[in-house]
Amino acid sequence: MDFYTANWYPMGSVYYRKFDCYRMEWDLRDGFRECLVAAGPYAGTVALMRNYCAKPGRPILEIYSAAGVLLSSIPWKSGQVVHLGWTLTQDLVCIQEDGTVLIYDIFCAFKRHFSLGSEVKQNQVLEAKVFHTEYRTGIAILTGALKFTVASNIDDVKLRRLPEIPALRGPPTCWTVLFNDRVPLVLAAVGPDLYLLDNTSCTAVTLPGMSPLAGSALQMAVSFNYKYLAVFTDTGYIWMGTASLTDKLCEFSSDLRQAPKQMAWCIRPGSRNIALALMWEKLIFLVGRAREGVHFPLDEPSFIVPELDGIRIVSSSTHEFLHEIPKVTEDIFKIASMAPGALLLEAQKEYEKESQKADDYLREIKDQNHLSDAVENCIEAAGYEHAPEMQKSLLRAASFGKCFVEKYSPADFVTMCQDLRILNAIHDYQIGIPLTMTQYKQLTIQVLLDRLVLRRLYPLALKICEYLKFSDFQGVSRILAHWACYKVQQKEKSDDEIAQAINQKLGDTLGISYSEIASRACECGRTELAIKLLEYEPKSEDQVPLLLKMKRSNLALAKAIESGDTDLVYTVVTYMKNEFNRGDFFMTLQNHPVALSLYRQFCKHQEPETLKDLYNQDDNHLELGNFYVRSSYGAEKRVEGRVAELQNAVEEYNKAKSELAARATEDQIKLLRNQRALQDKVDKPYLDFSLHDTVYNLILDGMHKKAEQLYKEFKIPDKRYWWLKISALAEKEDWEELEKFSKSKKSAIGYLPFVEICMKHQNKVEAKKYIARVGIEQRVKAFLLVGDLDQAAESAIEHRNEQEMNMVLSRCASAADNTIVEKINRAKSLILKK
Amino acid sequence: MTSHMTSSVRNSKMATHLSCGRVNLNILREAMRMELREFLDKCAGSKAIVWDEYLTGPFGLIAQYSLLKEHEVEKMFTLKSGPLPSSDVKNIIFFVRPRLELMDIIADNIQREERGRFPQRDFYILFVPRRSILCEQRLKDLGVLGSFMHRDEYRLNLIPFDGDLLSMESENAFKECYLENDQTSLYQAAKGLTTLQSLYGTIPQICGKGECARHVANMMIRMKRELGGSQNQITPVFDTLLLLDRNVDLLTPLATQLTYEGLIDEVYGIQNSHVKLPPEKFAPKKQGEGGKDLPTEPKKLLLNSAEELYAEIRDKNFNAVGSVLSKKAKIISAAFEGRHNAKTVGEIKQFVSQLPHMQAEKASLANHTSIAELIKEITTSEAFFDNLTVEQEFMSGFDTDKVNPYIEDCIAKKDPIIKILRLVCLQSVCNTGLKQKVLDYYKREILQTYGYEHILTLHNLEKAGLLKLQASSRNSYPTIRKTLRLWMDDVNEQNPNDISYVYSGYAPLSVRLAQILVRPGWRSIEEVLKILPGPQFEERQSLPPGLLKKRQQGENKVILVFFLGGVTFAEIAALRFLSQMEDGGTEYIIATTKLISGTTWIKSLMEKLEPPPF
Repeated sequence: MDFYTANWYPMGSVYYRKFDCYRMEWDLRDGFRECLVAAGPYAGTVALMRNYCAKPGRPILEIYSAAGVLLSSIPWKSGQVVHLGWTLTQDLVCIQEDGTVLIYDIFCAFKRHFSLGSEVKQNQVLEAKVFHTEYRTGIAILTGALKFTVASNIDDVKLRRLPEIPALRGPPTCWTVLFNDRVPLVLAAVGPDLYLLDNTSCTAVTLPGMSPLAGSALQMAVSFNYKYLAVFTDTGYIWMGTASLTDKLCEFSSDLRQAPKQMAWCIRPGSRNIALALMWEKLIFLVGRAREGVHFPLDEPSFIVPELDGIRIVSSSTHEFLHEIPKVTEDIFKIASMAPGALLLEAQKEYEKESQKADDYLREIKDQNHLSDAVENCIEAAGYEHAPEMQKSLLRAASFGKCFVEKYSPADFVTMCQDLRILNAIHDYQIGIPLTMTQYKQLTIQVLLDRLVLRRLYPLALKICEYLKFSDFQGVSRILAHWACYKVQQKEKSDDEIAQAINQKLGDTLGISYSEIASRACECGRTELAIKLLEYEPKSEDQVPLLLKMKRSNLALAKAIESGDTDLVYTVVTYMKNEFNRGDFFMTLQNHPVALSLYRQFCKHQEPETLKDLYNQDDNHLELGNFYVRSSYGAEKRVEGRVAELQNAVEEYNKAKSELAARATEDQIKLLRNQRALQDKVDKPYLDFSLHDTVYNLILDGMHKKAEQLYKEFKIPDKRYWWLKISALAEKEDWEELEKFSKSKKSAIGYLPFVEICMKHQNKVEAKKYIARVGIEQRVKAFLLVGDLDQAAESAIEHRNEQEMNMVLSRCASAADNTIVEKINRAKSLILKK
Repeated sequence: MTSHMTSSVRNSKMATHLSCGRVNLNILREAMRMELREFLDKCAGSKAIVWDEYLTGPFGLIAQYSLLKEHEVEKMFTLKSGPLPSSDVKNIIFFVRPRLELMDIIADNIQREERGRFPQRDFYILFVPRRSILCEQRLKDLGVLGSFMHRDEYRLNLIPFDGDLLSMESENAFKECYLENDQTSLYQAAKGLTTLQSLYGTIPQICGKGECARHVANMMIRMKRELGGSQNQITPVFDTLLLLDRNVDLLTPLATQLTYEGLIDEVYGIQNSHVKLPPEKFAPKKQGEGGKDLPTEPKKLLLNSAEELYAEIRDKNFNAVGSVLSKKAKIISAAFEGRHNAKTVGEIKQFVSQLPHMQAEKASLANHTSIAELIKEITTSEAFFDNLTVEQEFMSGFDTDKVNPYIEDCIAKKDPIIKILRLVCLQSVCNTGLKQKVLDYYKREILQTYGYEHILTLHNLEKAGLLKLQASSRNSYPTIRKTLRLWMDDVNEQNPNDISYVYSGYAPLSVRLAQILVRPGWRSIEEVLKILPGPQFEERQSLPPGLLKKRQQGENKVILVFFLGGVTFAEIAALRFLSQMEDGGTEYIIATTKLISGTTWIKSLMEKLEPPPF
């Protein structure tokens, strides 16, 4: 432990340390010569393309884990690659000279490609860079015509050509991508000048606080979070400042003149210190605010990978991590530190030795009231340690210390133990994901699980989910589903075998979507397997679309109908309508009444003519009749056209043996023709009146003969004709005609309606004329109608009808009616006596 | 924060009528509100809602404008063709039913908007109650599908109307199910029931009668399976679900409802718990302003159990309402008189604190007195009496097999066609179909009087079974009537002892079925059930162990009665009456596809043919 700080390097007041992550598994005899290299952020995989520009022999694309374990490789058969990069979702982006961009997954499986357009193709890609914003990956390229093109999202490629740099003779010495409010910009160095290119303009810029004599920029680097920019010039001057080009943070003058091969920021989030690593063939040089930099000699050619909280240094034999030592770690481990954490660590060690010094240390911390701080510091520091022994001793110290703190909440301690356990598991060289705690927290456990799934490390992912007690829905199901999707691609196994294996493992786990797995099987061309898998899918709304995609429309229709979900049935029906010929389509519908009914509904609103065809096919004459009736009210305006439609209806109704409907429709035709003729004769619309209203209007218009004719022709029942006629005459106030009519023959409805109708038109005088002819049984009612209470009472008494008497009584309201009331009551008592 | 809190207090207060019953339907309402909020929050920034007008009523029962406003809804428009009204909001949201004709209008709106030089807005579409592939395809065909930032569905299937009442307000459910064999609304019903189960626990027993009922039960069970292994861990609130097809009881809605609420619906039509009344009766009576400034806008009133007085009288036979109102009037005026007795400061203070409540009661009394007066004018008319007499004759089985002279007269006088259709259908149902001669006579009369276009309506009524030819000479209605005791001669309207009070003699068949199911069980009426259409069934849904309810002694069973195809207020009243019976032991919650009256029901079956314009 005495040597704990042996790999610490002070730069000013800040310490940096470099430690080994892995001895690399790979075998790279020639180092990285003739190689394109790309390593993904967050401890991602490493892609190598060997012999990438060698004329004889094919290039080979290889993908390794961060520990140098080969994951996959393919001979490269496509064009000349200029640049390799990783997306945030761990896809490999290969940018070719001809402007084609190919995307591969980590198993060298081709996913897709896109082109950067004909102009790029013509001028070729000179240089390219892959960059990341929070959720997206973008690319920037420099063409042979010395123009920049940027696509800020490779998932939705929209090319932006940036303005030209004026009077440019050769390519810029160096360039990089910056951001202004999420819009990517290009900063390019041409000789001593710097230009900033945005969408519309090219602006010459100077770096604040940089001497004009500092020389021309040879290399530049943007920090991981795109906040800082560093520039190295041919005078050995290094400028470090904000990427917004507004502030200088510090500068450094070195005696190196040659451009570094790579440059990367080495910063810890939340720390106020800054540092920049510059790499040459045999050296990494770390500079910051301090007057002196730190030299790290390199034994072998290497490359550096910028990370959130440091840099990774990968060579043919090792994988190292260089980072700034966090404050808590420094406090605990700095030689002769008296910080609470340091004391607690000591106390615990003494305690293990059963020395009473333990108590002394502990007392010292407690006296200063720093025990909880000490515990917290030890927990936090454990997270920054790569070696499990160190993690353990710090956690032991924390565990020891927390026993002496009252009501200490163990949550932080438990979480740290869990997190470290996960990190140590993925650090294993067979997994090869050397995430630091800081990176892990930024990446989140969900993304880590996704990455494990992507690596097909299903068992580990499952273990982690179980360990963290994730709900099935959040964890296990998702991973199993991915596993199953991978499983269906195994071509050597039979459909049955795979379907069974999948169902056995997945069962009815909540949140598993069999349709997703089936969909993957379908994509791999395994339709039968997909159908088998779909049988396990309980949700019809997921089954049906996929069955349609596989052209199993009959099965899809059956499933849709089974579900009762009419929208699904419609989906299948619409599909069939487009795919089948009409005959087959109708035949299929015939066999599925539910689908047929729904399709009829659709046709009723959208395709009336098809509806007719459907009814024709069924020999459904009644509906055909209805159909023609409906169309006689449709667009057709001419009476003859409408008559023709109705004629069709009559025919169909006859075939349907619906006699009444046929006759009624014939009558309708007759009526329409009559109305047409009438309309021509008198200047008044008659069309589409009902028969009743037609006759009524004829009477209103005084055409009694015509009315009489229709009454006979259409066999209107007498009762109704009488009602109709007296109503019309009363409305017309043709009292003379009314009286004439009443005397023409015996009324079919009696004479009370005459009284009623006169009263309805407030003509008491006329009303009274008919009372005498009202039948005895209704006379009281008639008197009441005209308001003659006296007579009503007389009648009622005469009839000795108690009900009638009561009716009269109920109308007696005013005092004037008192005599009537008395009269009736007398009569009633007389009846009672009998 | 404060404003949010006060408004949520206000909102919860507005829905008290939902939580007063045995089942707290406010939970459902809150769940629906939550879902709405979540959707609105997906569209960040100011928004305008473009409404499918039919939805505004049902939505009003879930969320008032205040809720929308809290989520930055600044403007509301009605969906119609042409350009959208101008507004400077960031998002435009369409709230629509999944109907193709509406998609055409939306596409028109969007295309105009995108052609214009307005700042680009984000479009959203919210389908109520569900997304439809057919509609999305139509939007795609019209080239506007890509214009939507987000498409979603709002599963507003069952809307809580009252503490014991849920409705889907699916206007054409009956027609679609029984005439067109389109079971979309049944699927929605099953979805709604599934939502209900997720909030109130799995319903252990499902009973039903009818084809549609069977179909809904099947879909429910299937949907439960689709949810997979997740067992619902909520202790069931409902003991039984009873699914009833409307076509098992075609009779009841045809008869004129005689409860207070039923009559308001018959006469004025209640829509989404609101009624519009002629304003004259509600004019403020101020001195010296006689006749001046009479309001011309109809008076709109909210009718639900939140109003104490309404809760008391809504389900009474109308003839029993008057006495309650006058009693109430006395109590209220006595309470106001109380101020003279208030002597001490404390007493006065107490009186004043009660004043708002008393004033609200007074206003409520005034309103209902006015409504009762309006209705009384109608119920005491000769026409109403004659109509009712004929209805009751039919229902009690008197002279149902020949042409009825009253109906004949009504046609001759060209009374409203719906009245005629109701009567003829009622006669047909009460006679298990009409003889050919009678049926043809009625049809001819109707066609001649009201127009030949009604031939399609008549066909519809026949298809629905409301009008039919008597198949055999045997009329099975008397058997049903007697077995189920549908006609009660000794009805007591004031203090009823049987559900027949809601129709002054006729006991609604549907409710009788529900009543008999509880006691003595359907086994006792197997003969009748065989006569009624469709299968009868009983299913049991398994519950996770430990959730099986141990009933406390004296604790009532809760039955959810779902009417597929509509329910009337009188039927609801009858079920409420059963819930309140002391020895009933059962409480009923009612759900339906649509609240109907005979008039709205028949109207939904009528074919509207209009002559082409000349």
